[in-house]
Amino acid sequence: MSGLWRHPIALGLAALIFVILLAATVTIVPETQQAVVLRFEQPVRTVNAWKPNEQFGRTGAGPILRIPFIDRLVWLNKRVLDVDYDNQQVLSSDQLRLEVDAYARFRIIDPLKAVNATGSTSQTETAITEALRPLLGSSIRNELGNQPFATLLSPERDEVMDNIQTRLQRLATQYGVQIVDVRIKHADLPDGSPLDRALARMATARQQQAITIRAQGQKDAQIIRGEADAASARIYAQSFTKDADFYDFYRAMQSYRHTFGADGGPAPSGATSIILSPNNSYLREFEGRGR
Amino acid sequence: MTILPGRKGRPPILAAETPKGPWGQGDEPDGGGPRNPWSLPPGGRKPGAKPTALDEFLKKARGGGNGGGGGPLNGLPGAPNARALWLIGAGIILLVWVLYTSIHPIAPQERGVVTYLGRYSGTLDPGIAMTMPAPIANVVKVDVQNIRIENFPESGSENLMLTSDQNIIDLAYAVRWKISSPQNYVFQIDKPRDTVRATAESVMREVVANVSLDSALGPGRATIENQVQERMQKVLDDYKSGIVVVGVGIKQADPPARVNDAFKDVTAAQQDAQGVRNQAQSYAKQVVARAEGEASQFDKVYEQYRLAPEVTRRRMYYETMEAVLAKSDKTIVEPSGVVPYLPMGNARRIPDAAAAEPAQPAQPTTTTTTGGGQ
Repeated sequence: MSGLWRHPIALGLAALIFVILLAATVTIVPETQQAVVLRFEQPVRTVNAWKPNEQFGRTGAGPILRIPFIDRLVWLNKRVLDVDYDNQQVLSSDQLRLEVDAYARFRIIDPLKAVNATGSTSQTETAITEALRPLLGSSIRNELGNQPFATLLSPERDEVMDNIQTRLQRLATQYGVQIVDVRIKHADLPDGSPLDRALARMATARQQQAITIRAQGQKDAQIIRGEADAASARIYAQSFTKDADFYDFYRAMQSYRHTFGADGGPAPSGATSIILSPNNSYLREFEGRGR
Repeated sequence: MTILPGRKGRPPILAAETPKGPWGQGDEPDGGGPRNPWSLPPGGRKPGAKPTALDEFLKKARGGGNGGGGGPLNGLPGAPNARALWLIGAGIILLVWVLYTSIHPIAPQERGVVTYLGRYSGTLDPGIAMTMPAPIANVVKVDVQNIRIENFPESGSENLMLTSDQNIIDLAYAVRWKISSPQNYVFQIDKPRDTVRATAESVMREVVANVSLDSALGPGRATIENQVQERMQKVLDDYKSGIVVVGVGIKQADPPARVNDAFKDVTAAQQDAQGVRNQAQSYAKQVVARAEGEASQFDKVYEQYRLAPEVTRRRMYYETMEAVLAKSDKTIVEPSGVVPYLPMGNARRIPDAAAAEPAQPAQPTTTTTTGGGQ
């Protein structure tokens, strides 16, 4: 044993070479990546390629062997990736300009196709995303261009997104990509005149509403007052028709008291001078009997 | 560590050692004169490997393990001692490394996703767990209890959306989510948080696009929240994201700031209308109450009047006249040719009285007239 240790440098060197060889031969493929093995730049096989419904732990992930310095690996993400399409102007079929944000979620399911379509660089993933972006854009423009704006504000919106997904899938298959989902994030009126017009429309609608509400309130109030007047008239009539003649007298008396400020209420404004004729009924007894 | 003093101005280690590699495999039984340049002491000193020195070094190594520093300080880096220290140091480092990467304390809110040479091999539950050391097995800890909150919009800006009646609403909402399946979360989605955010935005707009403005502003909120949560969950499950949406909360639903005045005016109009109605109601109550009062008053008097009509009538007449005439100026004109003289001062004073401030209550006198106006 101690003999070995006399040449630790040589030993270390051997170990280093061994490690380099090992690293060049054995590669660990994680669950999140798939790879294409290139032998002299020719794709020979794929490793850990995506399959539907596979269980983690039973995938192709794990250590693999390759011929050192001859086989090259191109890595591709196995997870769900996304490509965004932001702030693009799209014309709907009724010629409304819309500002659309959308995204597609996709998976690379055929790594070989993906590598062949984009070149076998280490940037395959980015290249595919960049290739999909214009495709997503054209799918969105074509689909929304066939739809009136109002469909986006209705349950058919789902259908629109499904159609975009179908269109995009047709275009994306050549890249070995499966489109998991396409969704519209925003489809809004662009700032400036379309938005301003919509807001103005909202405001006028509300102003109308306010006017209507106030008018309705007035109407209700008048009805209430009218009903009350009618009710009081009925009450008066029910009572006073018992003896119209006496009512006339009684009410006259009340009226005099009120008019001349003798009913305990507020004194009437204006002075009162009464000129009485001796023939007045009140003064009948004034001059004594036997005139 | 111990190499450095023994090498002066040497080229990098690989260049110096490469040729020695094949034959430096230790054929000599003893280290009497090692050909290794590494073990040649500087300054032509004799290599002196005393057992006492070795003992000291071993002691030092056992005691604190800083023998690595002690070697060159002594100026006598004996080959065996140096090797022993090398070994011990490397061993310690290796041991720490192995212990550190193979023992995993998993906190109660965490799960550990274990990959064995890249391949998923299981998920660790809370507690202390042992795995193979680092290059072989790898553990990613994932917090499955912490509820993450995503706010929309992220800044305090407007977040305008279209409603089904082509109106615009300004919505602020939050989505709470957590991880339900650590392995899916780690392996299936490239950017989990971005995915949650994008999904939430898309679904919220989709739901709001099927709701009228008035409903979104108030009564329909709970429905919207539930629908967004359901649909988000469906989408995220489609992605096999291992994410569960715990809840969706609308924090604010307002009309856009630019039309807010018009909306407030509607509320004001409702208040006004209600106010007008209330006034009418109180008027109605008054009028009816007064009618009832007067009617019952009349009824009562009339009952008495029927018992003795003539007398009652006269009595009431005189009482009234008394009361009325007591408050007024009276002039009695005799028909026997006296020219009635009406003082004109009254006529002049009437406008004054009317213009004057409310004066004291009328003082009825038989000579002057004062119009007490209240």
